[in-house]
Amino acid sequence: MSAAEQYDAIVVGSGAGGGMATWRLAQAGLRVALVEAGPWYDPADDSQRTQFRYPWESPRRGASTRLRPFGDFNACIGGWELDGEPFTTAPDTQFMWWRARMLGGRTNHWGRISLRFGPLDFKRRDIDGLGDNWPIGYEDVKPYYDEVDKLIGVFGTNEGLPNDPDGFFLPPPKPRLHELYYIRGARAAGVPVYPARKSILTKRINNDRGVCIYCRQCDRACSLHADFSSSTVLIYPAVASGRVDVYTNTMVRKVDTGPDGSATGVSCIDRGNRQELRINGRSVVLAASACSTARILLNSISTQHDAGLGNSSGHVGRYLHDSTGASRAAFLPDLMDRDIYNEDGVGGMHIYTPWWLEDANLDFARGYHLEIGGGMGMPSYGFGFAANQYNEFLGQRVGGYGNGLRDDVKRFYGSRLSIACRGESVPQYGNYCELDPDVVDEWGIPVLRFNYRWTDQEINQARHMQDTMEELLEASGGILLGSKPGPERQYGLTQPGEIIHEVGTTRMGDDPATSVTNRFGQLHDASNVFVADAGTFVSQADKNPTWTILALAWRTSDYIIEQMQQRNL
Amino acid sequence: MNMNRRETLKSLLLAPLAAGAAATAGCAPGAPVHWTELPREYSYGRTEAEQQRDRELFAESWFSEHELVTIAVLCDIILPSDHPNGGALDAGLPDFVEFIVKDRENLKLPVRGGIAWLDSYAVNEFGADFVNIDEPQRLAICDRIAWTDVEDPVLRPGIRFFSLMRDLTLTGYYTTEQGLLDLGYQGNVANVWDGVPAEVLARHGLQYEPEWLDKCVDQSRRDIIATWDDDMNLTS
Ligand SMILES: Cc1cc2nc3c(=O)[nH]c(=O)nc-3n(C[C@H](O)[C@H](O)[C@H](O)COP(=O)(O)OP(=O)(O)OC[C@H]3O[C@@H](n4cnc5c(N)ncnc54)[C@H](O)[C@@H]3O)c2cc1C
Ligand code: SF4
Repeated sequence: MSAAEQYDAIVVGSGAGGGMATWRLAQAGLRVALVEAGPWYDPADDSQRTQFRYPWESPRRGASTRLRPFGDFNACIGGWELDGEPFTTAPDTQFMWWRARMLGGRTNHWGRISLRFGPLDFKRRDIDGLGDNWPIGYEDVKPYYDEVDKLIGVFGTNEGLPNDPDGFFLPPPKPRLHELYYIRGARAAGVPVYPARKSILTKRINNDRGVCIYCRQCDRACSLHADFSSSTVLIYPAVASGRVDVYTNTMVRKVDTGPDGSATGVSCIDRGNRQELRINGRSVVLAASACSTARILLNSISTQHDAGLGNSSGHVGRYLHDSTGASRAAFLPDLMDRDIYNEDGVGGMHIYTPWWLEDANLDFARGYHLEIGGGMGMPSYGFGFAANQYNEFLGQRVGGYGNGLRDDVKRFYGSRLSIACRGESVPQYGNYCELDPDVVDEWGIPVLRFNYRWTDQEINQARHMQDTMEELLEASGGILLGSKPGPERQYGLTQPGEIIHEVGTTRMGDDPATSVTNRFGQLHDASNVFVADAGTFVSQADKNPTWTILALAWRTSDYIIEQMQQRNL
Repeated sequence: MNMNRRETLKSLLLAPLAAGAAATAGCAPGAPVHWTELPREYSYGRTEAEQQRDRELFAESWFSEHELVTIAVLCDIILPSDHPNGGALDAGLPDFVEFIVKDRENLKLPVRGGIAWLDSYAVNEFGADFVNIDEPQRLAICDRIAWTDVEDPVLRPGIRFFSLMRDLTLTGYYTTEQGLLDLGYQGNVANVWDGVPAEVLARHGLQYEPEWLDKCVDQSRRDIIATWDDDMNLTS
């Protein structure tokens, strides 16, 4: 079957990149087909809503399942494993791959930490001689970051930091109690701490979206549309323009190309009825997430593109990289026997510590930032486990039974402080995804095989993270929990892919021999095919990637509009 | 307990019920155990695949009646009902434990094996299964396996099992309406967060740094649409 219309643009994937491209292209008057493998989704629809639900509304009280790995109330349809859509890893390598299958992709349940990259982040090779510079710099992206801030809304503060740029911020919420302990500890340790930067509306931004009412449940997606999800913030208005057709439950197999090598449309399969569908368009924007976009390109084999579309350089899938991560927690005796009040606040942290040792002489390259956790959250499965384990620190026995346990639970409620570090890794040519020649998914599409190993850079960085976390937790008055991971556990370094900031698989560059797209995300090998997800990243800073995906997707869209106006497309 | 649903009592007989026997767990050997029945229908934004899985779980029976009653008796010992906010049986703990053990494959063996260990220990010590010994005898066993610092290798499996049952009981209780009440949890409602209450700050000897506070949201202006000047300053 073939869709009747010839679209101006076909956007593949409705996450951060695809939502932004759809919104911008439709706003400019283009007719857009948005193709999304998952179902339609709206957190305000009661049949899909998980926000504002009490734990007993789930028979497993919010426990995780294979179908909801981050908990039964989490908004993500998808996870570490998808039925019928496997992936593989090469021997002796590791990769974890989180995929969402829904309108809005992973932006429905992401952490909303919205950080601009700084000037140094685009030019790391100039600083440490490792990896490569981006072909563009902060000044190229800044105007788009500015527009993204104003369109979508992000709270934060202008601190005038050299590599953590100011923005058009909404004012941040006040810190919670455990965060005040962290601030005091960080001040004592000489480590900076600032209000967090998150795309949550602490203040009204327009009349279509609500303002945050502080339920701490952004990971369940906001029924008031007061946090950023691509679906609620970008796709609904784009659809309302009347210029967008959304094809949900539609999985793209490949980009079709004509005799001149340029794209003519995409071939898909309807997941509902297993019928093949062809959609025709003047241009194709791939935003299926970095690895899925690489997979589509590698599967788009034709006589003109015998190694896969855009892969004449052999670089599709190469330089795959994720953020590093490590975490630690402490028990704060000062927070025992707390006064109980509603301190839900926004989803996640109100404060954070950006990288502060840019100029220090360290045994690893690049930096990391610290995310702070704790507080009196809503109980769900796991609450009350090891209820009085901290008795150990008070010289009292652990265990027992009877009504005394109620007192233990209350004594220790909200007395935990945790830190999670998120750092920058050095992209490697040798870390990559490719097609597995032996395995197809249930739609007959060859799947990805991952090849990824950390280097000493990341392992040394994790050791530094552990030392930092110990110092800060103790400075905040904490008693450290668990043991400090040593070299045998790579200092607690998370697995590649585990932080879910995978980027770099279709990196941009000026040299077609060593990059997949040009500075605008346009394939070197096919001028009407673009990448609008994190595949184009040359390096993933220690900043979470999504604000940069959004800014670059807008920039790519502007370029498409301009090229169409100039009749180059 | 009322979790917006009917209040139902479930009764299971272990041995023929003597006329007029008490309707609670724990007293006489083999006495019937009653607990609040939990609903089997849920609606909270599930996909088709999830609904299917939960239907299968509810249809599956994994525990024997004997095992279920042992669970009920243990949950009742861990969090008894003689409390204004109710206990484990009021909160339907046996139904919850039954569901969660089926749901989480890795719990099945420890709970089944733990019950079998407990019964064999009770038979050795007192000549009958755990539920068929009297209350002082049950508590005597619990006193030996309830504390994690006991080093006796013979008791180790029992200690692990009791810890697991304590975890499941507390988590099952504190995720019910009664549990949240018992805890005093105040959240999950629309509100406007405006910082830690002053008296709490004072009690902790902490205060907000004035420069920090200056940057934070003025909640009286939260509904005014944001505007900025060209220098990134908020002007509304
Ligand atoms: C729990 C969690 C927390 C996170 N927190 C943060 C954070 O705080 N800050 C931050 O910056 N980032 C965070 N991230 C990462 C962030 O979610 C991603 O960077 C972002 O969503 C990527 O956007 P994307 O458009 O590239 O892809 P996605 O959001 O993954 O969307 C891709 C879409 O494409 C669809 N698709 C895939 N293949 C096909 C196909 N063949 N045909 C059709 N459709 C297809 C998918 O179904 C999906 O909907 C977090 C992620 C997770 C999971
Ligand atoms: S914390 Fe605020 S933005 Fe997040 S889901 Fe709740 S109301 Fe929405």
